[in-house]
Amino acid sequence: MSDINTTVPKKTAKDFASDQDVKWCPGCGDYAILSQVQKIFPDLDVKQENFVFISGIGCSSRFTYYMNTYGFHSIHGRAAAVASGVKATNPELDVWLISGDGDSISIGGNHFIHLLRRNFNIKYLLFNNQIYGLTKGQYSPLSEKGKNTKSTPYGSVDEPFNPLELALGAKATFVARSMDRDTKHQQVLYKRAHEHKGTAFVEIYQNCPVFNDEAFSPYTEKETKAEECIFVEHGKPMIFGKNNEKGIKLDGLKPVIVDISNGASANDLWIHDERDKTKAMILAGLFDDVSLQPHNPRPFGVFYVEDRPTYEDDLTAQINAVTAKKGKLPLDKILAGDKTWIIA
Amino acid sequence: MDTLEKKSEKVVQTREAENVVVRFSGDSGDGMQLTGTQFTDTSAFLGQDLSTFPEFPAEIRAPIGTVAGVSGFQVNFGSKEIYTPGDMYDVLVAMNSAALKTDIHKLKKGGILIANTAGFDKKNLNLAHYPEGVNPLEDGSTDDFIVYKIDVTKFTKEALAGSGLSNKEIERSKNMFVLGLLFWMFDKSMDYTIGFIKEKFGKKPDIMNANITALKSGWNFGDNTEIFTTRFKVDVAKLPAGVYRQITGNHATAIGLICAAEKAGIQLFLGSYPITPASDILHELSKYRGNGVKTFQAEDEIAAICSAIGASYAGALGVTTSSGPGIALKGEAMGLAVITETPIVVINVQRGGPSTGLPTKTEQSDLMQAIYGRHGESPMPVISASSPADCFQAVYEAAKVALEHMTPVIFLSDGYVANGSEPWKFPSADSLMPIDCKFVTENNNPGGTFLPYKRDDRFVRPRTKPGTPGLQHRIGGLEKQDETGNVSYDSKNHEKMTHLRAKKVERIADFIPAAKVDSGKEKAKICVLGWGSTYGAIKTAVMELLEEGHDVAHVHLRWVNPFPKNLGELLKGFDKVLVPEMNMGQLCSLVRAKYLIPAMNYSKVQGLPFAVDELKAKIIETLNSK
Repeated sequence: MSDINTTVPKKTAKDFASDQDVKWCPGCGDYAILSQVQKIFPDLDVKQENFVFISGIGCSSRFTYYMNTYGFHSIHGRAAAVASGVKATNPELDVWLISGDGDSISIGGNHFIHLLRRNFNIKYLLFNNQIYGLTKGQYSPLSEKGKNTKSTPYGSVDEPFNPLELALGAKATFVARSMDRDTKHQQVLYKRAHEHKGTAFVEIYQNCPVFNDEAFSPYTEKETKAEECIFVEHGKPMIFGKNNEKGIKLDGLKPVIVDISNGASANDLWIHDERDKTKAMILAGLFDDVSLQPHNPRPFGVFYVEDRPTYEDDLTAQINAVTAKKGKLPLDKILAGDKTWIIA
Repeated sequence: MDTLEKKSEKVVQTREAENVVVRFSGDSGDGMQLTGTQFTDTSAFLGQDLSTFPEFPAEIRAPIGTVAGVSGFQVNFGSKEIYTPGDMYDVLVAMNSAALKTDIHKLKKGGILIANTAGFDKKNLNLAHYPEGVNPLEDGSTDDFIVYKIDVTKFTKEALAGSGLSNKEIERSKNMFVLGLLFWMFDKSMDYTIGFIKEKFGKKPDIMNANITALKSGWNFGDNTEIFTTRFKVDVAKLPAGVYRQITGNHATAIGLICAAEKAGIQLFLGSYPITPASDILHELSKYRGNGVKTFQAEDEIAAICSAIGASYAGALGVTTSSGPGIALKGEAMGLAVITETPIVVINVQRGGPSTGLPTKTEQSDLMQAIYGRHGESPMPVISASSPADCFQAVYEAAKVALEHMTPVIFLSDGYVANGSEPWKFPSADSLMPIDCKFVTENNNPGGTFLPYKRDDRFVRPRTKPGTPGLQHRIGGLEKQDETGNVSYDSKNHEKMTHLRAKKVERIADFIPAAKVDSGKEKAKICVLGWGSTYGAIKTAVMELLEEGHDVAHVHLRWVNPFPKNLGELLKGFDKVLVPEMNMGQLCSLVRAKYLIPAMNYSKVQGLPFAVDELKAKIIETLNSK
């Protein structure tokens, strides 16, 4: 019964809130993301002191200051590089990287792709609001073509990136998408990301009420959500619609929407397989293009998962192997090198 | 030596010399670096002091036979203490006409030229852009020298006729023939090199035997032919007793870092992106996985330094290595290390700039960049290395200051000391200065939250490792509130923090050695003030001037920021201060600004180190000026 005396009370979301005032704009989607992260943390079976948040620059990156964990707010676009050094040095730490679309995909695009290919065990939350918030309203590399902003008064002529395609192309081992307004969905995804051993990339649609309000409202609002979103789950058929009456079938590599209520067989539907990279690419790509006709719903959930050794595990294994073979050289041996001579 | 001469039964004059400068020069495919290194290592093993200067072409592989493809290796060795690779050569080995064209102007009058005639055919002369019909070996232009014309290629082929190797493989051994000949000329044992060849080619016996045969053939050629009239006799040096090794600056830097991390009891993490002439530090450190050294070849320079910052934040000694253009890219991240007061070592192996500049040539022009090259008031300590072996001590001190004072530190080396080598009486691990690297594990603010920016009397903040229970806190690039480290936009606080960061760096002057006169005496008529790799040339020049009776002194700086506390006083004791630098006068400007003394600049920006003679001339000129 000594358990009674030694059991530490379970932490709560509050324990993970720092003493700093949160200073995002009223109505910012970041609040919802922060509270979901704080909510799931007590369940993660990680000591509080082992969490480290690392962020770049942007509204999203202030996140670090609001978590009662270790935190390092770095420079624009470089959080991935800082996190790589942390993880390479101390693999025991539970590292979360917070970034925005400008931070990750524009100035930090290089580090983003290299982090994914290396597969450090880092949880990567990309807050995508398709706008530059902190610099007050310029288009981002994820803004739709033709977007009118302060820096593009006649519409942007840039082709946007698809961050999920980019991640898959960069050999990400975990790719998922969620949205700020769906708290339950976020919680499920963050937990799954945490379970994944490797870089877990989660794109979160996040509303910027000041500079890009309602950019994602078709997906987040009650009236349209059921028609515009498809929530994918491993092993489950692709079904959406207000009454779950629509499904998606694969015609070769082309997804086709079928009406189950009107004769289509539910048995023919595309069964989501999050281990299938080809299908993950189709999922990431085809449903992202709003100009496609017929109009397709936007997928949310875990697109792709792959087991691959992490960078830090391979590094540790290499160190162990070399040490086992050659042993640790004493400093005096290193100082002397291979060849010495004596002057009497 | 007697027996050798008896065997050859010919009259060979032996020339005694205190030191000799030999330059091996050839096409970059001729193996001149290897030849030079073997010759050097042998000299070192025989107990001579020496200094080397490898010069590489900027092109990876310029067309064979062209001036752009010339690769040189210079060594100055002798029985006296040697601080530079020498201004002029006593012996020049020119493997082709492009090499001769590039280097002949520095061969001393009466010096020995060994020319490989196979490299002076019509094609080679054309490639070296000699006018039609002109051969420098035939037109009288080399009459000032003792010229040995040898068809090295032909003799190597003859020596290896029965080896079964292809023509190409045989030709590759011609550098060994030359090396053998030089060993004969300087009466050096071939044993060291034979051992090297056996080790290197042990798995390819035919190549191994060919190289050994070519080497011995070169020796025998010297011994048997009648053409050579001179052999050199250079005694061993009277160096301090002890155990020595040969070391380059980049290699010394690498092991200095390993020692510092181990003495501090923490991991060594290097985040680096390859760049000339710094890459060898990355290469060298990558070999030490067995000692837990973590090297990370990052995707770019920015990622390299940011990963080092992350590693230090997590508790390691984070290091990044680069050269000028790469350092420029790291500027913003250095600012992050300054404001977060994260200990990292930033290594700049300088090269000629601006931009890509002269990648393979040396310069000291990044001093201002090191001291001022960040936005905002962003002070960083800067230390410099004065010789290849000194890179060890300087980088060790850089790491010590970084860890003990919670600050990023810049270590400046340059292409000249990084690639050059010298014998090193290396220290024992026990004798290295301790490095005090403490991690705080207890809350420094009983009853309240941990104060990551609460400073000690040196203005140093506590270091904690993520993973330490109860001390969770957040830091970053936004201005820090005094003590708490929380984000603060308060104007007075910003001014206070700016001063605190500056004072912390200034206080380091209390912990570094005072400046002192290296040669000469205090209160001389003229002080030659230097920093970094000009050490050897200035020291040699000043010592020679002292011997000639001039009232001159040499002060050399290791720490260039902060300056040693007594520097101003020391410099004011001299009538004149002359600052030779391989830049437009950067240290000179700093000294003038800080101490309000009329220091004079002597600038050389040619991608080349100072020659002793030009320094001496300038010092005397300055002495005699009003």
